Order: sequence, then C-alpha cells, then structure tokens
Amino acid sequence: MSNDINLPIYLDYASTTPVDPRVAKKISEHLTLDGNFGNPASRSHKFGWKAEEAVEEARSHVANLVNCDPREIVWTSGATEADNLAIKGVANFYQKNGKHIITSKIEHKAVLDPCRQLERDGFEVTYLDPNEGGLITPEAVSKAIREDTVLISIMHINNELGTINDLDGIGKIAREKGIFFHVDAAQSTGKVAIDLNTLPVDLMSFSAHKTYGPKGIGALFVRRKPRVRIEAQIHGGGHERGMRSGTLPTHQIVGMGEAFRIAKIEMDDDQLKVKTLHDKFYESVSKIEEIYVNGDISNKVNNILNVSFAYVEGESLIMALKDIAVSSGSACTSASLEPSYVLRALGRKDELASSSIRFSFGRFTSEQDVDYTLTLINHAVDRLRELSPLWEMHLDGIDLDSVDWQTH
Amino acid sequence: MAYSKKVVDKFENTINEPAKYNVGRFDPKEMNVGTGMVGAPACGDVMKLQIKCERQGNTHVIKDVKFKTYGCGSAIASSSELVEMLIGKTLEEAKEIKNIDIVEALELPPIKIHCSVLAEDSIKQAIEDFEQKQ
Repeated sequence: MSNDINLPIYLDYASTTPVDPRVAKKISEHLTLDGNFGNPASRSHKFGWKAEEAVEEARSHVANLVNCDPREIVWTSGATEADNLAIKGVANFYQKNGKHIITSKIEHKAVLDPCRQLERDGFEVTYLDPNEGGLITPEAVSKAIREDTVLISIMHINNELGTINDLDGIGKIAREKGIFFHVDAAQSTGKVAIDLNTLPVDLMSFSAHKTYGPKGIGALFVRRKPRVRIEAQIHGGGHERGMRSGTLPTHQIVGMGEAFRIAKIEMDDDQLKVKTLHDKFYESVSKIEEIYVNGDISNKVNNILNVSFAYVEGESLIMALKDIAVSSGSACTSASLEPSYVLRALGRKDELASSSIRFSFGRFTSEQDVDYTLTLINHAVDRLRELSPLWEMHLDGIDLDSVDWQTH
Repeated sequence: MAYSKKVVDKFENTINEPAKYNVGRFDPKEMNVGTGMVGAPACGDVMKLQIKCERQGNTHVIKDVKFKTYGCGSAIASSSELVEMLIGKTLEEAKEIKNIDIVEALELPPIKIHCSVLAEDSIKQAIEDFEQKQ
C-alpha cells in the first residue's frame, strides 16, 4: 500500500463536505474588526452598508448558480430550515385552498418531519413509494393528486441513493393542477445544472455545506412569477422581506455565496473527475459476488454510490473499514440500529437494506483514495463472509427465505 | 457508535485471525457435535455455535468450539468472547454462563445487550442439540 496516503479516507461527501480553502478565506474576511463584520441591517453607517453589499453579492452568486432572480433567494440556517419554511409556510398560508400534501417515502427527515407535524395540525399527507430504481415518477405523483392538494414536495437528488427525480415532469403536472411544488435540492448544487428560469418549480431548498460551504447556512428559493406566498416561521424584525427574521450571518452568507460561485465555474471539471473515480470504483466493486447497487445506476449522480454486500451486516462492514469514513444509510438514522427507511421503501429485504453502504466522492477525493478503499473492501468482505453463517448457507445452496428463522 | 476498546479489539482480532479465534464449522451430523443457530437475517444478526464434546466420567467436556456470526461488531465480538469462555468447560458449567458475563467481559453498551442474549441462547441451543443426540 502507498505510504503517502492520508488516513482515514473521507468518502462521505454526501453527508457534508470540507469547506473549500477559498471559501474559508472569504469567511475569515467577514468576522473581525479589520474585516467586514457589520450588521447588514444597519442602515445608518458604512459598516452596515458594506455588510449588506457582501450579502447581496452572495445572494447573486446563489441565484446565478440556479438561474433565478436574487430577489427569489431567502437565507435560512440550512436546508432543514428551508424545507420547514417551504412546507409549513405554504401549507399554513394556503390552507383555505385545501389540506392535502403529497410527498414521498424517500425524502429527507427535514421534509418528512414537517409533514408529520402538519398531520398533527389536521393536514393529510400522501407518502409516495419510489419505483424499484428509487425514483418518484410523475405518474405516481399524478395519481395521488386530489381536489384539496395544495403542495407537492419531492426531492431532486436522493441523499442515500443519488437518484435524480424528473423535476420537469412532476412540476408540469403540479402547474397544470395549480398545486405548489417544493423541491429539496440539498444534494444538487454543483453536481447537476439547475435552471429555475425554465423548471416548473415554486420553492427549492439549498444547503451550503454539501457544496464546500460552511454549515449553518442555506437558502430557500421562493418564486416571484407566478408568485408564491409563505407564512413566516421565525418572527423578529421582518428580515428577508418578512419571510425569515433574524440578523443575517454575513460570514456564513459570503461563505455560501463563494462556494456557489466556485461551483458554477468548476461544476463541469468537478463532475468529470468524480465520474472517473465513480466508474473505476463501480467497475471494481461490481466484480465482488452478490453485491447489489441500490438505486437506478443509469439515473443517478456520480458522486454517490450505494451498495449492498449480501450476507455481510452493514455495521460490521463499516467497523472493518475503520480507515474509511462512509455511512450506512443517512447519518441522521445510523444511531438507531434500523435499516435505512429509504432502502426499505425500495422494497429491499431488511438484511440487504442493513448491509448497505453509501460511498460518496468529492472535490478532494484522489484516485489513490479509491484504490486503497477498494483493497480494504475486498479484504473486509472476504473476511466477514468467511465469518458469516448466511454466506456458508448460500454456498451450500440453501435458500435463506426457506429457513424458519426465530425472529427476536 | 462508541464501543469499548475490548469490543473493537475482539472484533478485529476475530476477523484478522479467524482460525485462531475458532471461526469455522464442524459436521453437524457427528454424534459428538452440538449445533445451535439463533437470530434472523431480518433482525440483523444470526449466530451459529458448534461444540465438540468428550465424555469424562459421568459428564461431557467441551473440547473444541467453532462459530460463525452474521451481525454487528458487538454481535461478532460477543460470540467470539463466548467461545473463549466455553473451551474446557463441562456442559453443566457451560449452562451457567449468562449473558451478563459477556456484557461485563466486553463492556457492551446498553443498546447492544441483545447481542449477549443471543450468544447465551446459542450455547443453550447447542447443548440441547448435543444432549438430544446422546
């Protein structure tokens, strides 16, 4: 093995990314007395004006990446808050029009939990099943629409699988029926081009820290034409045109702006590099017997690959891969000892769901990292299968489904 | 997951030196072998434990043990720990081994206690299987 490799290797970019050094520099220029530290809401002096200028420049960078009007960008504390603001904000504002919401079983908890909350407040929510490939089809959405449907919330790129939903298809159906369409795009920026000028999407959530920006900052796109109105969830000063109060964190905002500015310029190069790593990784891993890729391989981003290693339990595999930082399902649920709800929604059996690992690559992943990881995976899977009574039964030709297991 | 160093070491040693840590199988049809298999794939852990016994006076002594475990790190460490406790014990002594012994030996976190329960079940079942053959 190579001597100059840095361990542990980070292959969990879908969970969060390191801040790009160029972004960190920008952030550091907006904190101290000699920097641009003012309150962007201060109207009476230069400190405030300069801070406001920096915030507005960052807003333009974000808008520019997704091709919308900067006035359509509302700063939030992250994609979770953006999802909450969009879903509760629309549902509450338009509840006279109806109290039915459509979402899917593979959404992030930041969408599912606000929906659950709305159910407690008297709304009805339909949770759509994905197809086998992990996609929510426009047809499935169309079938679930009712007279009283006010909002459809479907993610763009699934965080566990990397699968890409057809926003244009779903959005057109929503438009036709006059239903608002919200999209959680936390995983999308810098990975796939988004053109909100043409996409029939009314609200879209963004996160900085999945795209080499800082944690604690995100944004919600709220369309102006046709106009979407939302009920504010946080009150206290009427910042962000009344949609989200609270002093704007200039340093985090410029960090997000810089990260998205760089993403716009470097997206093609980033993705070309990640595709090379992904293809090499996939080609090698697919030579291992009895592995299953979760999610439609032909309809996903290259930075995420979710694989189930049959007859090997996921947590033990992660432990055996201790020099590799990967995750089993989403980080928010991996402490709960439950197989991923996303994989279960795909119809994967529990044992395959719990043997899944998400590998996610990024801007700072090297070919060496991938080579080293592949060597470790081959070794760990071999060893754990040698230890697995299920693998032994499989080799003996026993159908595991025919065994009368004592569930506990 | 905050595992104790004991769990991590036991897990790593077991996967790195499977032969030394009694990973493997006996022919379950042999008269002096008892096999226990507990758990379910859908629940995330399956333990298979086999004991090979020898008559000594009016009792039987466990001369050798083999095991295979599918499960999380602490499930693998628990069965490996149990195996070490078993070798050289009489069946009566082996029946006295309780899950708490494994919990204490490995400092298992509360959320992983079920792994030790499963290990205790596997030895009970293996002894039962052996005794039925006699």
